[in-house]
Amino acid sequence: MLGTLVIVFREVLEAALLIGIVAAATRSIPGRNRWLLAGLLAGLSGAALVAAFADVIGSLASGIGQELFNAIVLGIAVLMLAWHNIWMASHGAELAASARNVGSAIRDGQRECSILLVVVGLAVLREGSETVLFLYGIAASEGAGASTMLAGGAIGLTLGVAVGYSIYAGLLRVPMRWFFTATGLLVLLLAAGMASQAARFLIQADLLPSLASPLWDTSASLPQSSIPGMLLHSLIGYDARPAGMQLVFYVIVLVLIAVGMRLANRASPSSATMRSQLNLQQKGLAS
Amino acid sequence: MKRFAMGLTAWISVTLGLLGLLAPAVAQTTDADYQLVIQDHRFQPAELTVPSGKKIKLIIENRDATPEEFESHALNREKVIVGKSSATIFIGPLKPGRYPFVGEFNEKTAQGVIVAK
Repeated sequence: MLGTLVIVFREVLEAALLIGIVAAATRSIPGRNRWLLAGLLAGLSGAALVAAFADVIGSLASGIGQELFNAIVLGIAVLMLAWHNIWMASHGAELAASARNVGSAIRDGQRECSILLVVVGLAVLREGSETVLFLYGIAASEGAGASTMLAGGAIGLTLGVAVGYSIYAGLLRVPMRWFFTATGLLVLLLAAGMASQAARFLIQADLLPSLASPLWDTSASLPQSSIPGMLLHSLIGYDARPAGMQLVFYVIVLVLIAVGMRLANRASPSSATMRSQLNLQQKGLAS
Repeated sequence: MKRFAMGLTAWISVTLGLLGLLAPAVAQTTDADYQLVIQDHRFQPAELTVPSGKKIKLIIENRDATPEEFESHALNREKVIVGKSSATIFIGPLKPGRYPFVGEFNEKTAQGVIVAK
């Protein structure tokens, strides 16, 4: 039962943290909840489909279909998160500064929401399909322990969702002045971590050289199977034994998105004034 | 908005360009294949000796009806192998040492170690 709990918890954790952070980051966008829910449902149905066709996907591209599939899903998610962050860098301040402007932002907001749907859907799809396969295996083996193991899975799911909700609730308590910096930074690190994971799958499929394997080994001091290791893995892409190529991907994505955000922030003439306006409003509220 | 779109296009081009630069580094040769079999939620052999300093092509055949996930933190690898099928995983080049792995879906019985010499 404990084994099932841990496995399901770990799979759910990654998706739940992502959803928590993205939900917080988009809290000022109208209609966000509907899109979140749609993404979640699409992801769950996708996960069931992927699990059902796991043998087909696995046998594609002479046995490396699974790695390619994972790398592509992660790659799309990285692009979407990058787009989200860059879009937020040019519009976030407007959205936060005044409810009066929301009308004009809705059209842009809808596009942003469809990004949200894809990101959430893909996260649930990837983590969910493995959980479905795992639970299917348990259900198929007719052991007497199947029901207690499934109960373990349910507890793991609940705990994972609870952690995701905690980070969401925690982020909402961050003062408005720091809020976009905080969520922007978290999304940036999520994207870089996903790029590193994508690289790992491509190395596993022998499509990329590992460069150095491993680049470092911190498995003794901070094992990836420990709770802090799991959290850091999901949040910032921590890897106890990364390949050199993973770090290359991590840094490239980190720098590209950061530069993109800076350029978008400069290109939008409104954001600077909006932000100072926002700061004034908050100072006004504080005094 | 237009400027934003142009900026985004430029940014995506740079990203794809960088990926293109990485692509030529792909071609590498593999030296030998090594086999593992999963049966009754156990690995056979439970200890597999491979040469160190070489990239290894590992072929894992799952003879059980249920799916299994080959997972090794030491090797930094994970892959789902559905029931009645085979999967390929590339590992290494490894330093000499012991690299434990498990079948995550049946961790109590499915345990093994790769020994690099």
